[in-house]
Amino acid sequence: MTAEQIIFYLTAALILVSALMVVTTRNLIHAALWLVSTLFGVAVLYATLDASFLAVVQVVVYIGAIAIMFIFAVMLTRRDLLDKVPQTNTSWPWAAAASALMAGGLLFAGSQLNAFGAARPALSGDALQGLSLALVSADGFVLPFEVASILLLAAMVGAVYLAYKK
Amino acid sequence: MNFWTDPIAAVAQGLMQTFTGWGMAPEVAGIVTNLLGVVLMITAIMVLDIFLVWVERKVVARFQDRLGPNRVGPWGIFQPFPDIIKLILKEDITPTGADKVPFNLAPILSLGSVIFLWAVVPVASRIYGVDLNVALLYLVASGAIGTLSIIMAGWSSNNKYALVGAYRMVANMVSYEIPLAASLLIPTLLAGSMSLNAIVEMQAKGVWLFLVTPLGALLFLVAAIAELGRSPFDLNEGESEIVAGFHIEYSGMKFGLFYAGELLHAFTFGGFLAALFFGGWHGPWAEEYPLLGAFYFVAKAMLGYWVIMWIKYTVPRIRIDHMLAFNWKFLTPLAFTLLVVTVLAHRLLMSLPLGLYVAGMFLVNLLVAWATLEVLRSSARRQREALGTR
Amino acid sequence: MLPLAAYLSLSALLFSLGLYGALARKNAIAILLGVELMLNAVNINLVSFWRYGNTALMAGQVFAIIVFAVAASEVAVGLALVINIYRRRSSINADEIDLMKW
Repeated sequence: MTAEQIIFYLTAALILVSALMVVTTRNLIHAALWLVSTLFGVAVLYATLDASFLAVVQVVVYIGAIAIMFIFAVMLTRRDLLDKVPQTNTSWPWAAAASALMAGGLLFAGSQLNAFGAARPALSGDALQGLSLALVSADGFVLPFEVASILLLAAMVGAVYLAYKK
Repeated sequence: MNFWTDPIAAVAQGLMQTFTGWGMAPEVAGIVTNLLGVVLMITAIMVLDIFLVWVERKVVARFQDRLGPNRVGPWGIFQPFPDIIKLILKEDITPTGADKVPFNLAPILSLGSVIFLWAVVPVASRIYGVDLNVALLYLVASGAIGTLSIIMAGWSSNNKYALVGAYRMVANMVSYEIPLAASLLIPTLLAGSMSLNAIVEMQAKGVWLFLVTPLGALLFLVAAIAELGRSPFDLNEGESEIVAGFHIEYSGMKFGLFYAGELLHAFTFGGFLAALFFGGWHGPWAEEYPLLGAFYFVAKAMLGYWVIMWIKYTVPRIRIDHMLAFNWKFLTPLAFTLLVVTVLAHRLLMSLPLGLYVAGMFLVNLLVAWATLEVLRSSARRQREALGTR
Repeated sequence: MLPLAAYLSLSALLFSLGLYGALARKNAIAILLGVELMLNAVNINLVSFWRYGNTALMAGQVFAIIVFAVAASEVAVGLALVINIYRRRSSINADEIDLMKW
């Protein structure tokens, strides 16, 4: 059991347990906090995959912005008594069956890949440098990058307009 | 490689030899040595934190024309220890209706988010935790975790004042992350890397970035003070307004953790100011003797911390809507304008010899500062005319 | 030695947990939490395929960054909608919001 494997199994356990708590707990604030724990586990996973920029951006964007938005929204739409009742709707057995089927299907489809058991190749070149160049070069991905920033602007304007109280 | 030229590697080698001499397998010995290094670094930071409590109290006393603690030891230097004993002996109250787990986790996470930062700070040329290639983004990320801990504290206290204080603090911290990130981009662009080690080394070989972009250093200082939640941006803990804000319900050592965390955070930002703009560990003979470099770094960080304290104990508090307007209508446009102008000037002046380059960049910064003052002056004149002769 | 299978199985399980959360919960915000879990599972998949494939091709990481941006915008607009609905109907129970005009 190398250190790499130990770290992966611990992180995977953190992610799966936190995700299970997100979808089953009754108190919504606790669900948002378990989501923070899941997102942090995913950031650690990116760091083990040598995607250091993505790991840090995951913490800044997901935990520092999205999770805080969730917590604010839960606080603004809360009614006290609703924390103790079960949070599942009437068709939850179908949902459980669908998600079990989806998990089985994805695992089967993945196992059909001939790269499924592949070992990790060596990292070619500086990942951070390569990523920065890809995001700004014309034969790279500069157009999707710019369109994503316009999307964020549109979302910001839309969210402010929708939530604005006259 | 002896202790004086490379202290950490020498100590690590000595420890590894001791552990394998006792019969441990090499991988386990490596892990234990790394863990010991981490514990040693955290201990050093926390001891420094205790010292900072004394520094804070002495400095605020001198600013307020009084003496400060001077009974417990020479110049009152052992004063933090009675403080700590008092905080530990206090009753640990958890309010009824409080959410226990977030309530207890929030102070730990708040102090933890500051200790995380010291892993990437280059204390000397051969003394640092890790040379992370995205270190400046890591700084913004630790601010995000600090914000989360404040929301947890405010919410789980089951108290309206705590919640309002937490909302204000979070709005403050989230808003000021933007000029902070933009002002961090300026040393990144000038040095070509987000890694703090690379930025300090570039300053050691060239010129301190404070001379090249003084307005950028000032911008970083203002955004850092606002991000810390210290005066004049400390509306969330104003006793006269909302009774200590998000840490109302915290008593005893939990409050102590919040307080110590805030002081350490201020010192850490002083350290970042020193590393990014004032050359970090650079000084005479700092490359050959890393411990001398560490001394220079701590001295510069103390100077930065003193400037932050000076601003805190001189300027009155700013109202919350003024604080947010200051960020969105002034600091953010200024930060982005400065970024664009700095990069353009750097590109144009890059091929000149060093003296002309520094003079040119300094003049460009003065030009941007003058233009900003002109814009502010004309908008103030327009506002005064709109109000008439009131 | 970690095979690609480890990361793919993790993301498959995370995706199905998110799917259960999105389908089985009453509160509109809890449904959005499930959607966030699914987006994170997709991102893990993208980054592991980048790492275990040709690491000179940056498409995996760039796609993951675009997913970050899209997730952030979607959460912002979704939560603004939820807050608006709460102001009009005083409830965000997905079972009760089933009429277009009150």
